Amino acid sequence: MSKAVNSSAPTDSEVVFGILNDSDVILKRLYVAYFPMVLQLIINNNGTADDAKDVYQEAIIVLYNKVKSGKFELSSKLKTFLYSVCRKLWLKRLTQLSRYGGDIKDFEEHLPVEEEGDLHTERDIQFEKMEGALKLLGEPCKTIIEDFYIHNHSMQDICERFGYTNADNAKTQKYKCLQRLKKLFFQQG
Amino acid sequence: MSDHQLIELIERYLNGEMNAEERDRFEAMRRDNAAIESRIEEHTHFTGLLKQYGKRIELENRLNAIHQEIDVHTLAEELTVHPNWVVKLWRNHHSKISVAASIALFAVVATLYLGGSFNKNTTSYTALRREMQSIKRTAENAERNNKAILHDIKSNKRVINNGSFAGSGFALTANGYIVTNYHVVRNADSVYVQNSSGDAYHTKVVYTEPAYDIAVLKIDDASFSQFGNLPYNFRRSRSDVGEDLYTVGFPSDSLVLGRGYLSSANGLNGDTVAYQVSLPVNPGNSGGPVLDSKGNIIGVISGKQTQAEGAAYAIKSRYLFRVAKEITKDSTDNKIVLNNKSSLSGLTQAQQFNKIRNYIFMVKVYN
Repeated sequence: MSKAVNSSAPTDSEVVFGILNDSDVILKRLYVAYFPMVLQLIINNNGTADDAKDVYQEAIIVLYNKVKSGKFELSSKLKTFLYSVCRKLWLKRLTQLSRYGGDIKDFEEHLPVEEEGDLHTERDIQFEKMEGALKLLGEPCKTIIEDFYIHNHSMQDICERFGYTNADNAKTQKYKCLQRLKKLFFQQG
Repeated sequence: MSDHQLIELIERYLNGEMNAEERDRFEAMRRDNAAIESRIEEHTHFTGLLKQYGKRIELENRLNAIHQEIDVHTLAEELTVHPNWVVKLWRNHHSKISVAASIALFAVVATLYLGGSFNKNTTSYTALRREMQSIKRTAENAERNNKAILHDIKSNKRVINNGSFAGSGFALTANGYIVTNYHVVRNADSVYVQNSSGDAYHTKVVYTEPAYDIAVLKIDDASFSQFGNLPYNFRRSRSDVGEDLYTVGFPSDSLVLGRGYLSSANGLNGDTVAYQVSLPVNPGNSGGPVLDSKGNIIGVISGKQTQAEGAAYAIKSRYLFRVAKEITKDSTDNKIVLNNKSSLSGLTQAQQFNKIRNYIFMVKVYN
């Protein structure tokens, strides 16, 4: 029944170094190499291609964070690791949707995925809160905050972009925006 | 200093935009004032989180960009496990197939039904229990019957009301177990047995085996103690086609003997539970014993075929052994051992009949 998916995958250590060096090329090769495997898993277990995309990207991010934080040990093949994480994530989603019939069709060998915490960290929760707060913040605050704190734009650039005649006004605006963002952030659960 | 100004200072400090003099002053302030220290920490943490969040979004965007380049649709087509054509046909058309199958099934059942293939339930097979004549009796007859009952009372005999149905039965053991057909006692509220001498007892149904059409009753009556030793025994081995047989039962109000022979080793439609016997049987004979010429019980009358002359059916005696075993297994005190000594061997038909008559019962069912 199962058809193994082969493609020119980067070696496991290439991936680890690639992630550490923020290599776009390696990320792309990694993504392209193992996506079919996960797509196969999801679409043959009651999921859609979009479900596969969500689950796979979540798993890549798990891998990415693990590598970046230095917690990733190549104890198993990277492929097996990704498959196992996706499998676990998909099982969780299926259960939430009560679409899980108690039987999953497998295509690869897989390992038990250790802690739940690996898949959904404290940081992920914070990010979700931040996303929600930014959404509620509205414009122009959102862009000002993003430009200054995330994209490291200077206040000068921001002044020009938003047409502030004087930098103090822009600073005051930015301060107010930040205060509101904090408020919105801490209001969420 | 306002909070706004403080934040601005903190940001300039963190971004390294202060000159040396400013920085020294700020660091002194920071050391002296714990509130400022904690504000710095809080601000660092929050803006750090914002930055990381930005990185996450950026990563997601990168992944999405990569994803865009993959031809997901073609890949999905390729990777879907395609079930074989039977499964596909079923998935796509299962409602139509179900309807077609139901119609076909219905047609088959209807044809068989109309064609009389379910003959156990239709005309060609009749279970031989008897609807009691009393139901149809005229008022005159009923009066006569009443007189008879009164007579019975005067003569100090036990009186039984006429039941709704009647069949035959016979003693299985000396301690009061009686065999009859399941169809005779089915849905019974109460069951009485009465032999040709007029001894009547209340019984309870202790075991039924609808698959063999066998029921076992136990006499449940203060006036009963024990039958004498049974004159007949039960044949464990199979009987041969052509053996002479006879049956006794209550097709009417009195005990009737019928003679014949074993005509086939199997029952209706090859039913291996029963023999086919050529014996004159009528409603009321159901549950009566079938004996061979030596007085071994070889079966229990259960029914006859209405479309053929002289084809009756008798459940094979070996199923009685099975039933006896089952009853013994299911209860603690009811141990059933079937008699294996016949005292009828060598006797004439008339002598045999006389010996067994008190062990054959009319089974009266009230429901």
